Amino acid sequence: MDELLKLLSGNSKFTSDELSMILDEPKDYLEKQIREYENTGVIKGYQAIVDWDKVPDAKVTAMIEIKVTPQKDTGFNSVAAQIMSFDEVESLYLMAGSYDFAVYVTGKTMQEVAMFVSRRLSTLESVLSTSTHFLLKKYKESGIDFYEDDSEEDKRSLVL
Amino acid sequence: MVDYDKMLNSRIKKVKPSGIRRFFDIANEMEHVISLSIGEPDFKTPWHVREEGIKTLEKGKTWYSPNRGFAKLRNEISSYYRRRFSLEYDPDSEVLVTVGGSEAIDVCIRCLVEEGDEVLIPQPCFVCYEPITEMAGATPVIIETKAENDFRLTPEELESHITPKSKLLILPFPNNPTGAVMRRSDLEAIARIVEKYDLFVLSDEIYGELTYGGERHVSFAEIDGMKERTAVINGFSKSYAMTGWRLGYALGPAPVIDQMTKLHQFAIMSAPTTAQYAAIEALKNGDSDIESMKKQYDMRRRLVVGSFQKMGLSCFEPNGAFYCFPCIKSTGLTSEQFCLGLINSKHVAVVPGNAFGECGEGYIRVSYSYSLDHLGEALNRIEEYLSEIKNR
Ligand SMILES: Cc1ncc(COP(=O)(O)O)c(C=O)c1O
Repeated sequence: MDELLKLLSGNSKFTSDELSMILDEPKDYLEKQIREYENTGVIKGYQAIVDWDKVPDAKVTAMIEIKVTPQKDTGFNSVAAQIMSFDEVESLYLMAGSYDFAVYVTGKTMQEVAMFVSRRLSTLESVLSTSTHFLLKKYKESGIDFYEDDSEEDKRSLVL
Repeated sequence: MVDYDKMLNSRIKKVKPSGIRRFFDIANEMEHVISLSIGEPDFKTPWHVREEGIKTLEKGKTWYSPNRGFAKLRNEISSYYRRRFSLEYDPDSEVLVTVGGSEAIDVCIRCLVEEGDEVLIPQPCFVCYEPITEMAGATPVIIETKAENDFRLTPEELESHITPKSKLLILPFPNNPTGAVMRRSDLEAIARIVEKYDLFVLSDEIYGELTYGGERHVSFAEIDGMKERTAVINGFSKSYAMTGWRLGYALGPAPVIDQMTKLHQFAIMSAPTTAQYAAIEALKNGDSDIESMKKQYDMRRRLVVGSFQKMGLSCFEPNGAFYCFPCIKSTGLTSEQFCLGLINSKHVAVVPGNAFGECGEGYIRVSYSYSLDHLGEALNRIEEYLSEIKNR
């Protein structure tokens, strides 16, 4: 994989000065490269990775497996377009395997998420069945360790 | 009442405690310190290596190993030296597996020198050679390497410290704390002096796999005529991120390894069994792990060295290990003042250069065995500290 993208996907706050030193490439070349990635949509955006559990009004997240009947002309795309139009839907993936879509939904409470699934998703015409799994604990996301018992502090001892 | 002072060995009592330790204790007392002071890999031991250790534990392979180490491991070490350095070591008589490179250094020095002998030690260097020499009753002779020579040992510096009592030369390259490396031509020049004065050499090549910028590490034993005068010290701590497994080894002429084995046998018996099984796996299938860790270290190295240069601290380019050794003389502070100020005002811990020998005064050791994010934050704080000093 492209080293520049690897670095930025781990931490998008590296300055071009830092990137230039780390990658041993001229700064303006890297800046140009980043602009090109942004323009061509390779880099879609920059986000903070938030540990929502630490935020006072926390969110709950569920992963919902959905089986659907693909439409005659548009296949899965028109169903996907319907599903992704809900603000509650955070991510949506078409899957290979025993179900068709994996939908990540967030809400304030489990109740709220469950209501959204039964009222809005299950009732869509082409949806055959849904299966909802609530996320209990986040260990790792976007390459970042959330498992703090073990991760945050440096376990190395000072020896010599 | 017991008079412990009278009880204790006076030679041991005279040995000075480690200078790094003292600074670590200060850092330890403080909360939220971000450290650039640790001298071991931040990586975990590669999984396939850990798994091999686990498997042998599950099978209950928990007995002592032979004194010299498992034959299979000695064979692997020997074939690693053949493929990597074109050096032939007989696994049965020229290889000793030890508890870290540390034990190998200890038994090697103790087997070679005694009262009346001088041991030549280039500094700045890792802290163990001098006290071990003193504990063996011999006399350390310090050779100060210089920033203008990129902290390499020059033949002139070496020759000017030789006396009729000189017996053993320590060659600590790639170097902790400076990151200096010795290239083949540098080693050849040293070899001529070693031959001329009939010296023996302890070449501590524990960072031998961690060199940057194209040229790979050359072992001192590769230089013509030097294999028979050299004990090579190496281990698994740095190259495979296996510090806690405590495994290293020495390679050398059979008569030397024989005596070392005797010492090792009585003091230690044998190196840790589980670690030896894991190390066999590391040598067999770990080359790509070394490469990928090295690539990470190299990115960090460029960030750290480049940042110090931007801050206006002169810092020669370290081509080995995972340390850089910037000069802080321009701040007008001593190494200790600089480090204490940095830890107190910015909560960043680095090690004063003089912990590695008096000639390290005016420098600091910065370890880059940390993530890029961690390094970036620490470097920003050091930059703030420098501008605050300037405006004082
Ligand atoms: C130059 C040098 N030699 C030897 C050692 C000892 O390493 P180990 O005993 O873990 O093999 C170290 C550890 O920091 C070192 O820096």
